[in-house]
Amino acid sequence: MDSPARAWREFPQRYRLEATQCTECEKLLYPPRVVCPKCGSSTFENIVLPREGTVVTYTIVRVPPAGFTEQTPLPIALVELMEGLRVMVQIGDLADPSDLEIGMKVRLEFRRISWDGEAGVIFYGHKAVTA
Amino acid sequence: MRDVAVLGIGMQDFGELWGKSLRTIWAESAIAALEDAGVDSVDLITVGCMSPGLFVGQEHLASLLADELGMAGVPAARVESACASGGLALRTGFAEVASGLCETVLVSGVEKMTDVDGADATYALGTAADQEWEGFHGITFPGLYAMLAQVHMQRFGTTSEQLAAVAVKNHANGLLNPHAQYHLKVSVEDVLTSTMVADPLHLLDCSPVTDGAAAMVLTTVEKAKELGGDRPIIKITGSGMATDTITLANREDLSELGAVRKAAARAYEMAGKKPEDLHVVEVHDCFTIAEIMATEAIGLFDPGFGASAVEDGLTSMQGKIPVNTSGGLKSKGHPVGASGVAQAIEIVSQLRGEAGQRQVEGAKVGLAQNMGGSGGSSIVHIMEVV
Repeated sequence: MDSPARAWREFPQRYRLEATQCTECEKLLYPPRVVCPKCGSSTFENIVLPREGTVVTYTIVRVPPAGFTEQTPLPIALVELMEGLRVMVQIGDLADPSDLEIGMKVRLEFRRISWDGEAGVIFYGHKAVTA
Repeated sequence: MRDVAVLGIGMQDFGELWGKSLRTIWAESAIAALEDAGVDSVDLITVGCMSPGLFVGQEHLASLLADELGMAGVPAARVESACASGGLALRTGFAEVASGLCETVLVSGVEKMTDVDGADATYALGTAADQEWEGFHGITFPGLYAMLAQVHMQRFGTTSEQLAAVAVKNHANGLLNPHAQYHLKVSVEDVLTSTMVADPLHLLDCSPVTDGAAAMVLTTVEKAKELGGDRPIIKITGSGMATDTITLANREDLSELGAVRKAAARAYEMAGKKPEDLHVVEVHDCFTIAEIMATEAIGLFDPGFGASAVEDGLTSMQGKIPVNTSGGLKSKGHPVGASGVAQAIEIVSQLRGEAGQRQVEGAKVGLAQNMGGSGGSSIVHIMEVV
């Protein structure tokens, strides 16, 4: 996951929460796709996702993968931002991770997600905080 | 389509096999399967292996392994569907024999997982999730199943004690399996007091990191009758596969495993069987919650009733429908690419009446359910005594 191009090409979605909506069936797609998985159409409108949402499910990762060892324990949730659109994000700024629960209202904020050592790519995106 | 039989099975000890390389553990199981089958040549080798590239830095694996067995020249293909790679190797071999392309196939699965450290193994397994939109945020494989568990608990009232009951049962079964990685009796309390890996899953809710291989020889039922001697002939009567969204974010219902439900429905239809016809079942218990959700998805229990079924002993060795008599991935170990083949081997052993202390009396119909990622793919096989 350390190629600058791989990080750069996802900037519109990760930095600006850009998504698309199918003009035929109104299915929301984040990230955008070439073809709508619901109706097969390939015409879309660009939209920007709202930043407020609700926790659908969550966990607290206590045994992290390589690259996240400094951020453990790591609360992560699926957050529903619009009806039919969910994103996976870390939950930041929790004084006590056990406060996390299904149904919690959260707001997305632009944050540093991970970094590849001293000289590698720094990955930015959104984390959720308590609304 | 031609009728396909399992002619031979081969499995060695699963575990942390520091002294053996991937090629060695694979060859030992392959040779055991060929000896059990009584054949010394095959038309094809299929190898289920999730990630030799990340675990041992080796691609082009199937050719390497064919050569290791002295079979350079024979067609060989590695197939991959994350932790369902073994099941896919079996399904591929089944299709090759059923179609008439091959007469005899060596089906195998292998994973050598202990040549990397824990963080790298966690990363390698995590690549079964969507790297750009899930892995990017640091989610792990246990973390994804933990998210499914939270939903199951909230919707159906499933408890941590019920999850633990899966581990208790499977470790009890594993005590009777000489090839199992762990011969370790665990209690509900042991599970609940073990280290938290990803809430609500404790260490003992998780299958371990394992080195291991498993192999089978498939041929036509007709040829098996010629070669098989007095042993019962085990026919593969159903094979089903299905996929689902890899990303949990895109999955409409997080309380069920849709790929498992669809794969099982296809296998049942091909075999002309129903869940109540089964005598013994192996499901993909990579985590305790996975066994509960899998038993619901293959129709053994209604949605939401898989957890109480375990707690009530319905899936124990003496229960209504024994599940994971081998010890499951939980106790037997989970060398990810090998697990699907090892599950099928347990069913064959049971149907042959060769399961020793684990034998389910009178088992004539069995099912093996293998799963990739957090349910992004699943492969189900039904086998019967002819």
